[in-house]
Amino acid sequence: MSGRIRAERTAIRTLGGVLVAFLVLPLVALVVTTSFVDFEQGLSHPLVWPALRLSLLTTTISLAITVALGTPLAWALANTKSRWSHAVETLSQLPIVIPPAVAGIALLFAFGSRGLLSSENSSLTGSTAAVVIAQVFVSAPFFIQAATSAFRHVNPKLVVVARTFGARPLRVFFRIAIPLAAPGLVAGAALAWARALGEFGATLMFAGNLEGQTQTLPLAIYTAMEADMRAAQALAIVLVVVAFALLLFVRATMRRSLSAEGRA
Amino acid sequence: MTDANHLQLQISTRIGNLQLNVQFDADIQTLVLIGPNGSGKSSLLSLVLGVLEPDSGRIALGGEVLSDSSTKTFMPVEARRIGYLPQDYALFPHLTVRENVAFARASANPSEPRAVRTERVNALLAELSLTDYARRRPGALSGGEKQRVALARALAAAPRALLLDEPLAALDVHARRKVRTLLAAHLKKIALPTIIVTHDAAEARELGTHFAVLEAGQMTQLGTWEELAAAPKSRFVARFVASA
Repeated sequence: MSGRIRAERTAIRTLGGVLVAFLVLPLVALVVTTSFVDFEQGLSHPLVWPALRLSLLTTTISLAITVALGTPLAWALANTKSRWSHAVETLSQLPIVIPPAVAGIALLFAFGSRGLLSSENSSLTGSTAAVVIAQVFVSAPFFIQAATSAFRHVNPKLVVVARTFGARPLRVFFRIAIPLAAPGLVAGAALAWARALGEFGATLMFAGNLEGQTQTLPLAIYTAMEADMRAAQALAIVLVVVAFALLLFVRATMRRSLSAEGRA
Repeated sequence: MTDANHLQLQISTRIGNLQLNVQFDADIQTLVLIGPNGSGKSSLLSLVLGVLEPDSGRIALGGEVLSDSSTKTFMPVEARRIGYLPQDYALFPHLTVRENVAFARASANPSEPRAVRTERVNALLAELSLTDYARRRPGALSGGEKQRVALARALAAAPRALLLDEPLAALDVHARRKVRTLLAAHLKKIALPTIIVTHDAAEARELGTHFAVLEAGQMTQLGTWEELAAAPKSRFVARFVASA
């Protein structure tokens, strides 16, 4: 009997283990198949630094736009229960589920040379601004989702009480809602930043792949694969390390906010 | 008793499954709302506070109309200047005791010079024996201390009335009696028109000057404790006064 129980338990764990191994293996392969010398040489490839700089610049701008516009949106969504707000919330999540290639095409039709919002000689395609647009489009939904959820956890009584003192909506927003939702907002911003940093498909289709202009890290990896695999691998490792650090940060932030909630 | 204590409620409104019909027109000192669960007590507080808008009717306090469906008047929560102590006190967990009180003061009176504000906040903290706790966060306070912070914070905004929803329900049984006596003393000193919702008879009797009974959305009896005890109009009232 006990042997059978143990065997079944082992079976369950083995199945789970197979998947974990599959998920980790490519990342391990990425790291162990290189040497320090190769890594260093890869990083010195001329594609690398312009791409790194462009990625940092564009993701910083897109994150700033996402947070500046997404935070008020999330607060409004968390505080309204109408059918409209449900519709808006669903719409704002749409970019998460549509394929990046579709996002790229859609952005072209909106902002491209023959797009809805462009005149004859002012196409955004090929510009750094287009990279930022693509990043905001694909990453903002992650922030909106996390921020809305964080704001929904703010005790509504706190808001009512603040209002009884005469506190106006902006004061309530900045002094009560944002500080209390801060861990969720930070985690959401980290997720959105990670998504923007990794953005590839929509950028390639909408912004193009111009060195120094629109060639972000993922696009540089794609380009480097044809010329120098070591550079591609080095860049990939850099992105994995950054992503892993972000993941640890997000998980730690969420854990802290949960335990703080338990104490309050 | 001044005009500032006059409360007028003529409310007819539907809240969820409850039809609330309340007619009340009197001066109040400390009015205790009693009634079975789901009779509309907390909803009535929300209507006075301005969190809910009645379908029809009129609410006036101290001669000022807070809400009147016939003239489409609805004063927002921010303008009503009514202090509110919810059941769990709703202190801002990220602010210290002092910051909680100062937040209320600064919200009510943004143009007040900083020095004057600080002085007023200090005075309130001292008045409610909170000076030693000024730098603590709410998470580090007992129930009774939290209640005093909530009271100090409400008073900092210079309210014209106070609404207390089950002010002692969040406390453990041992602390209740002491906090109750203290609260009664504070309310007497503050002397603002006050409405208290409670389901506890001993608490009602000690805190209230007048009592309004709400049953299934209707105000069924109004009077002093002695009047309620002498001639209870329902079995709920009879049982309630007997349990004090």
